[in-house]
Amino acid sequence: MSKLRGTGFAAVNYPTGMHLGGDPTQSLVHATTSGNFVVTMSSVDLGQGLKTILAQIAAETLGVPLDTVIVDTGDTDTGPHCTGTFASRTTHRAGNAVIMAAAEARQAMLEVAAEKLEVSVEDLETDGQGNIHVKGVEEKAISVAETAGAAHFELGKTISGRGIFLKTPSPMDPETGESDPDSTQAHACTVAEVEVDTETGNVEVLGFKSAYEVGQQVNPALVKGQIVGGAWMGMGHALQETTAPYYPAIDHAPGDFQSYVMPGAADMPSVECEVLEIASRNGPFGAKGVGEMVTNSPIPAIVNAINNALGVRITRIPVTPEVVLRALDEKAANAT
Amino acid sequence: MASRIVSLKVNGQNEEFIVGALTSLQDILRDTLNYTSVKEGCRQGGCGSCSVIIDGELRLSCLTPVQEVDGSEVTTLEGLNQSNSIAALQQQFIDKYAAQCGFCTPGMMVAIQALLDRNPNPSRDEITEGLAGNICRCTGYLPIIKAVEGVVAEMSGASGD
Amino acid sequence: MAIKDLKIVGQPVKLRDLDTHVTGETVYYEDIRVPRMLHLKMHRSIYPHAKILNIDTSEAKSSAGVVCVLTHEDLPGKKKYNGLAGVGVGPEDESVLAFEKVRWKGESVVAVIAETPKQAEAAAAKVKVDYEELPAVFDIMEALKDGAPVVTDHWPNNHYIFPDNHRAAQVRYGDVEKAFAEADHIVEDVYQTQPIEQAPLETNGCIAVPEGGDGRITVYSNTQGLQFSLDVTADILGVPTSKLRFIGGTVGGGFGGKVDLQPEPITTLAAMRTGRPVKFKYTREEEMRVSSSRSAWRVEIKDGVMNDGRIIARKITTYQDSGAYLRFSSYGGMKHCGHMPGPYTIPNVWIDSIVVFTNRTPSNAMRGFGVMAGSFALEVQMDKVAETIGMDPWELRLINAYREGDMKSHQKEVEDAGMVETILAAAKLAGKQLPEEFQKMSSLDRKAG
Repeated sequence: MSKLRGTGFAAVNYPTGMHLGGDPTQSLVHATTSGNFVVTMSSVDLGQGLKTILAQIAAETLGVPLDTVIVDTGDTDTGPHCTGTFASRTTHRAGNAVIMAAAEARQAMLEVAAEKLEVSVEDLETDGQGNIHVKGVEEKAISVAETAGAAHFELGKTISGRGIFLKTPSPMDPETGESDPDSTQAHACTVAEVEVDTETGNVEVLGFKSAYEVGQQVNPALVKGQIVGGAWMGMGHALQETTAPYYPAIDHAPGDFQSYVMPGAADMPSVECEVLEIASRNGPFGAKGVGEMVTNSPIPAIVNAINNALGVRITRIPVTPEVVLRALDEKAANAT
Repeated sequence: MASRIVSLKVNGQNEEFIVGALTSLQDILRDTLNYTSVKEGCRQGGCGSCSVIIDGELRLSCLTPVQEVDGSEVTTLEGLNQSNSIAALQQQFIDKYAAQCGFCTPGMMVAIQALLDRNPNPSRDEITEGLAGNICRCTGYLPIIKAVEGVVAEMSGASGD
Repeated sequence: MAIKDLKIVGQPVKLRDLDTHVTGETVYYEDIRVPRMLHLKMHRSIYPHAKILNIDTSEAKSSAGVVCVLTHEDLPGKKKYNGLAGVGVGPEDESVLAFEKVRWKGESVVAVIAETPKQAEAAAAKVKVDYEELPAVFDIMEALKDGAPVVTDHWPNNHYIFPDNHRAAQVRYGDVEKAFAEADHIVEDVYQTQPIEQAPLETNGCIAVPEGGDGRITVYSNTQGLQFSLDVTADILGVPTSKLRFIGGTVGGGFGGKVDLQPEPITTLAAMRTGRPVKFKYTREEEMRVSSSRSAWRVEIKDGVMNDGRIIARKITTYQDSGAYLRFSSYGGMKHCGHMPGPYTIPNVWIDSIVVFTNRTPSNAMRGFGVMAGSFALEVQMDKVAETIGMDPWELRLINAYREGDMKSHQKEVEDAGMVETILAAAKLAGKQLPEEFQKMSSLDRKAG
C-alpha cells in the first residue's frame, strides 16, 4: 500500500447571463445636493461584491471619485427591477445598466457645468477627483459639488440618469436547438495535482495551477476571491459533497455539517493562477461573468488527476474513499 | 428542570435573566440582548458562526445552556470591538479580502482572537487547526489564513523580531 | 493586459461591506428587530410518496402559544405553482402545501405559527396526517421504465415534456451517425453526479411584517432575486403586487440555494392572516434535506474521433434528476444544451437533455446550473479520448478548442473566444512542454500553429 501522485487538468467555458436571455436589470443614478451620486438598484449582493463593483462602474462612467458613489440596493419600493443574482449575470446586466444610467447623469452634470462656466458641453472633461474643467485649461473649472448645488438651488435641474440592460429573449428551436443562449463566454483551465492513499482511499489535493479568461476584470481582488473560493468548492464537489451518499437511495441524508462533509481550512492547497482579459463585446467595459465557472474546472481536473495517479477510470463524483477503493479493487480483479 | 435566575457579565455589562433549563446562550445573546454578531448558521455546533468567549475559553453559544454558565463572563464580537483588541485582525481581514458574504466572519473573528490569545505566534498548521470549527462557504479559507498570518507578522514585527 | 484606459474599473478597491462584516454590524434579514414577532414551523411529510387520507390539526391548534395553523385549505390563491410560470414555464405542478398526495419526504404539509420557535415546533409535531403509503421511485433510469410509479399526473412517463411534445431539450447539428461510420475511433462512457447542497452559511428565511391599514406586507428576505420573489409570492397568494414590498440585497451566501421561494409565500400568508410579523427560517437540517439541492446528472457521451485528434461527432444523452417537482429543471436542461459539447468545435452534434422526475427532494439551481455536470463529464471524457487514440490530452484539447467565428452546435458563432489562450497559459503555469506549433495557436486563427 502506498501513496500515489497524479496530475490532471480540465478546460471549460462558461456562459454569461440567463440562458436564452430575457433577464433585464435596471439602475437609477442621481446626484445629491453636495455632489455625491446615489446608484439605486434592487440587485442582490450574495457576498461576491456586487455593491463594490457597481460603485466602481458608476464612478468610472461618471468620472467622479469612488467614495462619492453610494450604492443603494435591495428594496423593491425604491430600486427598479433586477432579475436577480444568478447565472453569472449580475456584473454584466447590472453593470451595463449602471453605465447607461451614469452616462445620462454625467451628461446632465456636464450641461449644468457648461452653463455655469459658459462653455459648451463638448469642451468639458472630468478629472476623476471631483472637478470638471475645460479640456486643456485646468484652471477653468467647477467642482462636482458646486455643479450639483447649482443644479438644485440655482437652475432647478436634475442630475440623474436611467439605465437598463436587456438581452432580448431568444427561444430555442425545439427541433434543432438553434438559439442565441448567452451574452459571452469566459474560460478556465485548471491543473490539479493529487496524492491518493491506496490503503484508505483518501485523496489529498496538493495544488491547483489555473488560468482564467474573464474579460475585463472590474475588481481583480474580487475575481481572485471567486477563483480561490471556487477552487475550494470544486474540491468539495469532487471528493466529498453530496446530500445522497447512497444515491439513488435517499437514506442517510446528512442533516448537519458533521455529516455533510466539506474540505476544511487545513485541506486547502495553494492556488496559483493567471488571469487573462479578452474583452467581451457587450460586457461592461468588456467584463464577463466569473462567479460560477471557477467551481467547474477543478472538478474534472481532480478526477483526471486521480485516474492518472491510480491508472483507473472513475467517472462519477464525489470520489469518496469508497469510490477510490472500489476502483482499485476492480483494477486488481481485471489484472488477474 | 425548572427555570431559574442566571447572572452573566456580557461584554462588561452585568445582566440577569430568568431562563429555562435548556435555553441556549445564543438565544439570550441574539434575541434578548440584541448582540446580532452572534450568527445562527446551524444551532447544531457544526459551523462556528455563533462562537463567543466564555471565561477566556472559545465556546459555541448555540450548544451552551445558559444555566450552565451562570456567573460567567461572556464576550461577543461586539465586546471585542469595544476594547479594540482585534483592530489589527479586522484590518488584515479587510486588506486580504478575507470575507465575502460575511456571515461566518463574526464567529471567525472570535475564534481567531481566541487562538491568538492563547498562542500569539501560531504556525500555519496551528492556524488551520484554530479555524477547524468555523465553516466558510465563500472564500476557500486561504484569504482568512493570510489575514491571520498578517496579524502574526505584524505582532512579531512590533516586538522587534 | 489592459483592455481600455480605465481609472477605477480594474482596480482592487476594498470590498464595501467588509468594514461591517469584521465588526459583526452587517445587517442580514434576520438582524432586523420587529416587536411581537411570531414564528412559523412546517409539518412535513414522513413518506417519499403517499396518499393523504386525513389532516388533523386540532391538537396543534390547541397547543401552547399557537396563533394560526395553515393547511392547503387556507391558501387564498393558487394551490400549485411553478416559480417560472410568469415567463411561460409550466405546468404549475408543485403543491404550496401538500394536498391529496405527498411526493417527497420532507414536503410541506401544514404550517404552524406560534409565539416562539419552540412552541411552533412542538405544535407542528402534534399535527396528525393519515397516509396511505405508495410505491416510490428514486432511480432516474427506473423512473423512465414502463410501470414505474408515477410521480405526478402531469408527466405520465416521469419525464418533462418540452415544446412540440419532445421528450428532451435537443440539439441536432450535422449527422452524427454518418460521422460515427467515418470515424477512426468511437469513444463512449457514462458519467454520474450526485445531489449537492448549496450550503450557504445563512439558511433560507424571511420575516413578513404587516404595515398596517392598507394591507401592505414588507418581506425581509434573503432571496437571490427580490422582484422575482415578490412577483411569485403575489401570484401564489393572489394579492396585487402593490401590496408587497421586498427588502434584502445583503445575503449570507446563495450559490443558487436561495432562488426557489420556499419561505416567502407561506410566511407572507401567515402575516396576512395573523396581522403580526412572522419569521420562517429554515433549520440547517431543513436546508440540507428540504431546500432544493443541485440535481444529480447522468451524462452519456459517444464521440467519433479521427486518428489526428479531430472529434468529428459527439452524441450526448443527459438525464437530470429533478426530484418530485419541476422547479427550474427544464431551464437547467436547456442551459445544458446550450453548453454542450463544451469549448470545442465539433461538426456533428446530437444532444438529448431529459428531465426526469423521482420521489426525491426537488432539485434546482446551483453554481453552474446545467453546466457543472456537463463540464465534468466532457473533461473526463476528453482524457479518455486522448488515451484511446494515444494523443497528449493538452494537444487534443487545443486541436478541438473553438476559435473565433466557428459555428457552435446551437448555430451561434463563437464570440469573445479565449479557450486556446487559457489552455496555453495553464500549460505554461504547470510547466507543460508543448510542441512549438501548439504554442503558437490562437483563438483568432484555426490554421496558426
